[in-house]
Amino acid sequence: MPGAGARGPGDTLSQLLQVLVNGLAVGCIYGLIALGFVLVYKATEMVNFAQGDLMMLGAFMAVTLIGDVGMPWVLGLFLSVLALAVFGYLLDAFVLRRVLGEPQFAIVMLTIGLGFIFRAVAGLVWGYDPRSFPTPYTGESLRVGGVVVSYENLAILLGTLVLCVVLFLFFRHTRLGIGMQATSQNQLAAYYVGIPVKRVFSLVWAISAGVAAVAGILLAPVSLVQPGMGFIGIKAFAAAVIGGFGSIPGALLGGWIIGVSEQFAGVYLPAGFQEMAAYGILIVALILRPEGLFAQIQRKKV
Amino acid sequence: MRFLFKTHYNQDIDHLKHGGDRFWYGLLLLLVAAAPAALGTFYLGELNLVMIYAIAGVGLMLLVGYTGQVSLGHAAFLAIGAYTHSLLLGAGLPFLLSLVAAVLVSALVGAGVGWIALRMTGIYLAIATLAFAMLTEQTISRAEWLTGGFRGLAVPQPSLFGMPLTEGWQRYYLTLALLVVTLLAALNILRSSTGRAMVAIRDSEISAESVGINLAVYKTLAFALSAGITGLAGALFAHRLGYLSPDAFTFLISLQLLLMVVVGGVGSMRGVIYGALFIGFLPQLLAIARDTLPPQIAQAPGLEPGIFGLILVLVILFEPQGIFGRWLKIKSYFQLFPLYRRATHRRQKTYLRTERLR
Repeated sequence: MPGAGARGPGDTLSQLLQVLVNGLAVGCIYGLIALGFVLVYKATEMVNFAQGDLMMLGAFMAVTLIGDVGMPWVLGLFLSVLALAVFGYLLDAFVLRRVLGEPQFAIVMLTIGLGFIFRAVAGLVWGYDPRSFPTPYTGESLRVGGVVVSYENLAILLGTLVLCVVLFLFFRHTRLGIGMQATSQNQLAAYYVGIPVKRVFSLVWAISAGVAAVAGILLAPVSLVQPGMGFIGIKAFAAAVIGGFGSIPGALLGGWIIGVSEQFAGVYLPAGFQEMAAYGILIVALILRPEGLFAQIQRKKV
Repeated sequence: MRFLFKTHYNQDIDHLKHGGDRFWYGLLLLLVAAAPAALGTFYLGELNLVMIYAIAGVGLMLLVGYTGQVSLGHAAFLAIGAYTHSLLLGAGLPFLLSLVAAVLVSALVGAGVGWIALRMTGIYLAIATLAFAMLTEQTISRAEWLTGGFRGLAVPQPSLFGMPLTEGWQRYYLTLALLVVTLLAALNILRSSTGRAMVAIRDSEISAESVGINLAVYKTLAFALSAGITGLAGALFAHRLGYLSPDAFTFLISLQLLLMVVVGGVGSMRGVIYGALFIGFLPQLLAIARDTLPPQIAQAPGLEPGIFGLILVLVILFEPQGIFGRWLKIKSYFQLFPLYRRATHRRQKTYLRTERLR
């Protein structure tokens, strides 16, 4: 990362762009985790505090399948996303369905507890030493003008874009996707028109866990894989809240806002502001618009 | 079954309803007061820690269990209390004054947080308090000129009226006295109109507002009270630690406090005590369990948080009322024997309650 002391006007501009690109890449990861929150929240009104830990599990799956077992890259990716999706489905079917309709507080505590269990299990299985994740494109980079974009960051940006398009098409054009939208709008009505609401809930959890796995796999090459990596899920909360906790583009936009401002704070502000940026923005956003930028909450008339 | 024949209106709000209550609580008080004579230094210290947890738990219970506002950031108030107390004590303020100042500063910050949090409900509130705790932790670790950052801050030795409080039993009695005062204060608040207003807000904000309860005032007040009590616990916790650094007040501590409230039983002050005993002695139990487990599992560094998580999940799934709820069920089983019906305490089936309309 270049220091703050840029020399010419061209340098300043390219530095700005560089920071912006880095921020967008980090923001994509936040956005993807936030996307997982939003999918689950929209459908089931549960807030999943274990989303970051699901991401960690996905990254470990990929490291194991590709690094240790030696599977081809694409197959390993596919299998780890699938494994996490199945895990998400079972998690909902066996654990989370039992607390449906309990107070929000109980659900929050439950998912926090689940996150702790995941972290402990990952520590038992894979150990606490950070591991690197080799990819076919590690170490190469693209130069555009004065801006250097590493292939890892490029993969993050493109992967996020592709995933979002796929999700958009899924929710807009498939039977199941439309059923999910209906369920999230009105559960009772969805029951009446014959949508299997319980199964839809589990499938939403599966998609959300799959998205978390994708985020983990994209993040793994640029950071190390270790049981504590799920803690960035807390920052992803900031992204989801800024995005309004109910809209998919909002989550992504929130992720970008957090990621970019964090990178800028890291370069142009004194030490410590980088860690505080996400939370600061979150609190300011909640003060200004307590229901998020893209709000869904309506006020009930009494 | 016991039937009370009430002859006075005040009997409705008595803390101790009948002779049995008076007898058992008196016995408990005697036992707790006699504990230093019977227990060794180690267990006395642990009991002291349990009581410090219990004070913090009373603070959190007022907010979570009685006002219905979730806070994922109470470690921040613990930290504010601890740092304020140590800094003022270091500056030469008498012990009691600095204790009061720690409570006041925490309560003021709590009122600020509560005021900001007024417009938020449910999950947004939880996340905002989480962010507040993260910001506090960062601020403490960065403000080295004041707090020493990660180098730490030595806590001065406490002394009361010129008498140094260094022995274990002296600190034990100090904590015990403060716990009793805090508990009585909290119980008295809860039976006053302030407490009734808080419970009304917990049960339904809309109906509370429509009977004339000022939501803004009472929510802010609940936050301030809760933060102040937690700050008091923080000040005592500082003496227990002896050396303050930001990593003593992480998210894990906030979570431990919440775990205490949930495991003990949300919405009961007795639950706080059960929860504190549980949290305080769980590490001891784990240490004993480690000897019997195979070494690969027993030596794993992340085991303790994992067990905490597991207990949290099991409690929420199978006994949402916590230890206190289980106790009530056992008690009513014996009171109604042989007529106890399981359905009496069955969880009501609830539909998904939406937060999108409010």
